[in-house]
Amino acid sequence: MSAPAAPASRAWADRYEMVVGLEVHVQLATATKLFCNCPTTFAAPPNANTCPVCLALPGTLPTLNAHAVELAVRAALALGCTVHPLSVFARKNYFYPDLPKGYQISQFDRPLATGGQVAIGESPEGAPLVAAVTRVHLEEDAGRSIHDRFDDATAVDLNRAGVPLIEIVGEPDLRSSAEAGAYLRVVRQVVQYVGASAANMEEGSLRVDANVSTRRRGDTGLGTKVEIKNMNSFSAVERALEVEFARQCALREARRPIAQQTMLWDATSETVRPARSKEDSHDYRYFADPDLPPLVLTSEWIEARRAALPELPAARRARLREQFALGGRETEVLTGDPRLADYFESVARVHGDARAAANWVLRDVLAAMNDAGLSLAEFELRVRPADLAALLDLVRDGSLSHTAGARVFAAMVRTGEPPSRIVEREGLRQVTDDAQLGAWVDAVLAAHADEVRRFAAGERKLQGFLVGQVMKRSGGTADPRRVTALLLERVDGR
Amino acid sequence: MSPTPLLGRTAAALAEAVAAGVLPAGDVVRASLDRARAVGAGPEWLNAVLWTDADAALEEAARLDAAPGADLPRPLAGVPVVVKDNIATHRLPTTCGSRMLEGYVSPYEATAVARLRAAGAVLVGKGNMDEFAMGSSTEHSAYGATRNPIDPARVPGGSSGGSAAAVAAGVVPIALGSETGGSVRQPAAFCGVVGIKPTYGRVSRHGLVAYASSLDQIGVLAATVDDAALALEVIAGRDPLDATSADHPVPRLRPVDAPDGDAARPLAALSVGVPREYFPPSLEPRMRARLDRAVDHLRELGATVRDVSLPHTALAVPTYYVLAPAEASSNLARFDGVRYGRRIAGDGVQATYERTRSQGFGPEVTRRILLGTYVLSAGYHEAYYRKAQEVRALIALDFANVFADVDVLFTPTTPTLAFPLGAVSDPYEMYLSDVFTATANLAGVPAMSVPVGRVDGLPVGGQLIAPYFGEPVMLRVAAALERALGEEAHR
Amino acid sequence: MRKQVTEADVRHVAALARLGLDAARIPALARELDAILDHMTVLSRVKTEDVQPVTGVGAGGTPLRADDGEQYPLAGDRAAFAPAMRDGFFLVPRLASHGGSAGAGGPATGAAPADEPRAPGGGTS
Repeated sequence: MSAPAAPASRAWADRYEMVVGLEVHVQLATATKLFCNCPTTFAAPPNANTCPVCLALPGTLPTLNAHAVELAVRAALALGCTVHPLSVFARKNYFYPDLPKGYQISQFDRPLATGGQVAIGESPEGAPLVAAVTRVHLEEDAGRSIHDRFDDATAVDLNRAGVPLIEIVGEPDLRSSAEAGAYLRVVRQVVQYVGASAANMEEGSLRVDANVSTRRRGDTGLGTKVEIKNMNSFSAVERALEVEFARQCALREARRPIAQQTMLWDATSETVRPARSKEDSHDYRYFADPDLPPLVLTSEWIEARRAALPELPAARRARLREQFALGGRETEVLTGDPRLADYFESVARVHGDARAAANWVLRDVLAAMNDAGLSLAEFELRVRPADLAALLDLVRDGSLSHTAGARVFAAMVRTGEPPSRIVEREGLRQVTDDAQLGAWVDAVLAAHADEVRRFAAGERKLQGFLVGQVMKRSGGTADPRRVTALLLERVDGR
Repeated sequence: MSPTPLLGRTAAALAEAVAAGVLPAGDVVRASLDRARAVGAGPEWLNAVLWTDADAALEEAARLDAAPGADLPRPLAGVPVVVKDNIATHRLPTTCGSRMLEGYVSPYEATAVARLRAAGAVLVGKGNMDEFAMGSSTEHSAYGATRNPIDPARVPGGSSGGSAAAVAAGVVPIALGSETGGSVRQPAAFCGVVGIKPTYGRVSRHGLVAYASSLDQIGVLAATVDDAALALEVIAGRDPLDATSADHPVPRLRPVDAPDGDAARPLAALSVGVPREYFPPSLEPRMRARLDRAVDHLRELGATVRDVSLPHTALAVPTYYVLAPAEASSNLARFDGVRYGRRIAGDGVQATYERTRSQGFGPEVTRRILLGTYVLSAGYHEAYYRKAQEVRALIALDFANVFADVDVLFTPTTPTLAFPLGAVSDPYEMYLSDVFTATANLAGVPAMSVPVGRVDGLPVGGQLIAPYFGEPVMLRVAAALERALGEEAHR
Repeated sequence: MRKQVTEADVRHVAALARLGLDAARIPALARELDAILDHMTVLSRVKTEDVQPVTGVGAGGTPLRADDGEQYPLAGDRAAFAPAMRDGFFLVPRLASHGGSAGAGGPATGAAPADEPRAPGGGTS
């Protein structure tokens, strides 16, 4: 999947290549913070979710959240990492108003997990493209400094301070903005699949920093690394990488040095600009946090977590392709949301025809959700998988025509009733009785004599129109195959 | 002479009488407040007690007297206590002897304090201390030095000088202090009282303002070994709010006399090690003589006394003064004027940090933060910090090795007698006061000081050191020695 | 051999620790720190190849806390101990020269004023 470079960088694509490693911070879906019992609820009043510990009052101490460890381990295993039986918390020391202790509790020398991989697609030759994950570690989030709420001061809200994060550090294996986008989408999907996080960039439960360097194509060394922050969506990440790549290539072409620095993405102007920083601001003086003995996990415990992992997206896609004979694009859409794939599988199992189930789920279900603004959970309350399967059964056995089926489906979405009840009440059962069908056909032939004449004379495409008219008269209940046969009999004398 | 007990009784006896309903808690607390006035415990003279609220203390006593609570065990019923000012309490400020926290009242209470109160103790004051526990004389308090009640021209020791002085002056029978390098034992020795540093992890640090987290422990000061054991029993034990608190059951520490065995030779089954590194030629000869006399007593009590060696002892002070300031530089980063404490505003947040911290911290704290930041900083981390961690392990190993051969160790607590106020100005000379005490903090083993005599009227402390969780044997030996010495300990 | 502590070292370290030292004190502090560190040189001569550093007294691994339970209580309002609060926020002085910010209220901390560089949770060095 070496995607074609976006316009901004096409000029340089032959001479230079982009080398990207991403750092992804994911908020873990726990009820309480990493080191205290404060709730992690979103949008609480400022500083309501704080206590002596996360306010860093004198004399307070951290205590580790068991569920955060569970979720972090699940995510690390799902990313193919080795989870270490012993890992150590370390203090990262620096000063900032939303960092109450004056240090962040993170992991440094001995992180929770190392060495994973993310499959980001295929090369043009069909070989799998894999980007390596360097490490996954646990750390606490900082609070928020809000600079524009008051004219005369910065406002500090510590509700977010202490919320559990995992930091997923990727090797500089990505070679294009498209690969970076693919990497992020896979990582997001994986952490969602294992229930570790909502991983939503818009809500802040997933954040990305990018490390970008450039080099001549064919070189193997790494150029100067520039860090980019403040990207608020996947497309912003892709765009920022393109802009930065172009900037670095221009410098190289002009034989000017590339300074190692941190840049901020400005979404409004679509530019990167330097974040001014003091030279000494990066001596974090890491040391093992003496308030927390090491995290010790037995190998039995770790293996039990591995065994309990849900089927991961790539494996599920493969199984769906094999088991239900679905195409690549279809499995991608279905596995985009694990519950959508669950829904499909339930329908397919009950109804038996996976193709029909796939068509209806991918087309009609998604469209209905979209039109009515329903989430899958809401949709499923109205149209349970068994209901949809029952509808498909009715269509397959001829009780309902496709058109009637669509009408029944719409009614099911509206009312939440099972298909059988709707069919009975609205009399939508497919009519196969020749007498009734014949009557409708005759009526249409009478009403559209001109079209009939033209059809008989050779304009065969009018068949669709004429059959459609019969369907309309029947309220969609006519069996379209039988109608066609009867129509041809009358017109062509067959 | 020994501190005059309140109402002529030990804490244990007072609590029994109050719990039995024959002595009102109000009487005990009033006696304490009267004694405080009589000796000038506050800023007017000794400056041992920084903050007090007599009305609140008497109300608390009245509540105790009025409440039924007879079925609740109240081992410290009505006992007045002083708590060092770096331990969080409700109502009374917790300033850590610093301008940085001037007027700060903690909105939560330390676990150790909560346990004392649940046992019926009444808080009558906060003890003066070297700022943020950094010091060995209580001269580094932002609120003025504390005078040694035995000789008011001299220091009481530090950093828990106020707590030790309060016990020595008979204002309270029990006080809480804190230890990082000897800050309970050294003032106990200088003031002629008992001071215990428990095994690391024995007492919760929740509510103890951190100086050096891997060394800090709350300790107990009292006039007698039994009272100190009583207080330790009350405050010790696992706390889910402190991840470093040990999951180790607290044994019965009292009665401190073993009922079994020969009453004349109660220590017959024990061996006491005397490490040669703690008895250098530079030790004051008359101090040495009192310590030797104490060792004689131990022999007479039946103990086998052996010469032992802790070879890395001389490395303790340099090791301690790399590790403790390093942790402190990080622990004190939270004092930035943003969420609590004193703020000196500047133009922008960085300027506010700098002004707040330069004016909030005194010179010794500033020195140690600089030192600690330096040894952790890029380029020096391996040579200093990591190296010190490794040497620390060697010091701990010394103890592990020696406790394979003996049950407890006996040493001097301090290298000198209490020195005059203002006499020691060189920082490193002051650090050397910790030469015999810092080893136990570095290793995490329990240690305590008991009075063994006086020289020129100044107290001499003898130190006992035991293996991890060895408080029972340590207290047994201490109690036997205390009984054998009798009044000799205070002459 | 040990590098001497210079005045530049003291300024550097004071800046890292946000200590705002009075310039007049720096020479004396450099001398004091240098003298203290001189005593530590003995550590460099100790053989420690086979020693595991003590990273925290206390064995058995850190205890794990259940992901529920009551928020730890605060006796009284945060405003009682906060130097400056408004609308529930802690207030921190801003640069007088910082005029109207580009800060977004979103998940990122918003663009900081020019002198307020931050290194938020991110990066391992």
